[in-house]
Amino acid sequence: MTRESLLDPTAESTPSERVQLARPDSLDGLTVALLDISKPRGDVFLDRLSEHLERRGAAVRRYRKPTFSKPAPVDLRHEIADQCHVVIEALAD
Amino acid sequence: MGLVAVVKHDCATCQTVAPVLLELARRTDLTVYCQDDPEFPAGLEVTDDTDLAVSWHHSIETVPTLIAVGSDGERERTVGWSIEQWRRITGLDDLAGDLDIPSQRPGCGSLSVDPDLIDELRVRHSGSTLRARRLDLAEMEDEFEYMHRVGWSDGLPLVPPTESRVLAMLEGTTRSPEELVAVVPPDLVDATVEKVAISAVMAGCRPEHLPWVLTAVEAACNDEFNMHGLLATTMPVGPVIICSGPGTRDIGMDPGVNALGQGNRASLSIGRALQLLVRNLGGGRPGGVDRATHGNPGKLSFCFAEHSGPFGSLASSRSDLDESVDAVTVFAGEGPRCIVDQLSREPESLATSLAENLRMMHHHKLAMAFDAVLVLGPEHLRVFTDAGWDRSRITEELMSRLQLPYDDIVRGAGGIAEGIPAGLGLETLPKFQPGGLMLAHAGGGAGLFSMLIAGWVNGDTGSKPVTRAVQY
Repeated sequence: MTRESLLDPTAESTPSERVQLARPDSLDGLTVALLDISKPRGDVFLDRLSEHLERRGAAVRRYRKPTFSKPAPVDLRHEIADQCHVVIEALAD
Repeated sequence: MGLVAVVKHDCATCQTVAPVLLELARRTDLTVYCQDDPEFPAGLEVTDDTDLAVSWHHSIETVPTLIAVGSDGERERTVGWSIEQWRRITGLDDLAGDLDIPSQRPGCGSLSVDPDLIDELRVRHSGSTLRARRLDLAEMEDEFEYMHRVGWSDGLPLVPPTESRVLAMLEGTTRSPEELVAVVPPDLVDATVEKVAISAVMAGCRPEHLPWVLTAVEAACNDEFNMHGLLATTMPVGPVIICSGPGTRDIGMDPGVNALGQGNRASLSIGRALQLLVRNLGGGRPGGVDRATHGNPGKLSFCFAEHSGPFGSLASSRSDLDESVDAVTVFAGEGPRCIVDQLSREPESLATSLAENLRMMHHHKLAMAFDAVLVLGPEHLRVFTDAGWDRSRITEELMSRLQLPYDDIVRGAGGIAEGIPAGLGLETLPKFQPGGLMLAHAGGGAGLFSMLIAGWVNGDTGSKPVTRAVQY
């Protein structure tokens, strides 16, 4: 059974999505999520990116959302937020 | 005319009437819905109602229920099995004449009112009536931490406002979810019954508390009470909710031992619901519009019930509401403090004692600008009532002892810069404006104490207390 939604107690005048954090000055010691949106050859781009990031001292974790045509599932977003400091979402085509 | 029967297999009475249903299917236009087994009764074409949608929408409380339906909808129904009633509704005088079954038998509970299922059914079938935005959390996300993170909390854990909880809360009122209750400061946002119910869930209320919360919201969110100013002030004040009437006992409030303290769910959750509404819907938060220098713990929740009895209630003393009417009075007040007098047994001595303490309120050289609620403990009140002093006599006696000599309170007097401006040409000034000293009655039976709740700036520039009858 999926968990029940919560009803918003606020005036709903701000977006429910969370605000982006400021960009870090350095990637040193941070964990970077690479999110593959499941477009063809996006993985090629992300593979190269991963190499560069690791050379700069960042830990890299790879994720993939089921389809590029829909937003990433809430569980995947939570997993990334929980495990990583920074996320790079790869576009392709 | 058609007939509709709602049954469940796990019901002895439904099994008893199964042959009657077979007979009705042969002789009439019968539709059978079964709540737990689409194969029951055997030999009939049964409509599956295992999702209980039909049962819910037709308010089935007992099975079997037999309903006579005309072109204009339901005409009448009977519940359980009674040969007499079934014959009357079907118009078949010989119904079940050949069957060897008892002439009557009570039915069983419908699954659609099963306490284990009703919350889920309410969401499934009534959820669409709610308009608030739905927020989906990840499966692994801690909802309690989420509510803190998004700023909904007053610092303590909240009950997650799920649809099923909010719908259950709305059962506490006859008002419809979309009805406007008040415009909530500081952002001046429309508070619907639904939004108030969401706050009530988060605060920990039960449905029977909701009418009190709704009334407190109406009483607090208006120009007279000036919730905006109360929020914005640097003084340590918040809305104090004083509840009167027999309904306070019905919802579990206790005006006795520890009346102003912890441990009573009704009192604390009603007060908290109002504050959470102002915080989350109105947008009033500490450091934002709330500029309190210190605040006070009562800003989490400050709500209590009064004793009933011949002394009367604060609500009836300041409105035309009868004692028997459930009512809410909101007062802009700070935390309570105790006035001890364990020796006065004469009313004059106690009045003087209380007055000396009241004079100290906020500052002994300030007068007229602030109201107060004096919560008389039962043992203090008895000193007065044994001497035949009623509410107005007590108030008069206190006020007569609170005429402050102007020379003592003028700015600079006593080497203290604080005080009343010079040059007013007065001999005395009363500590309180007329009506500014209000009496309430609460507390446990032992203890010669009273409690002073000091107010915020009164009148047009500040806040006026508001009393409202509870709307159910």
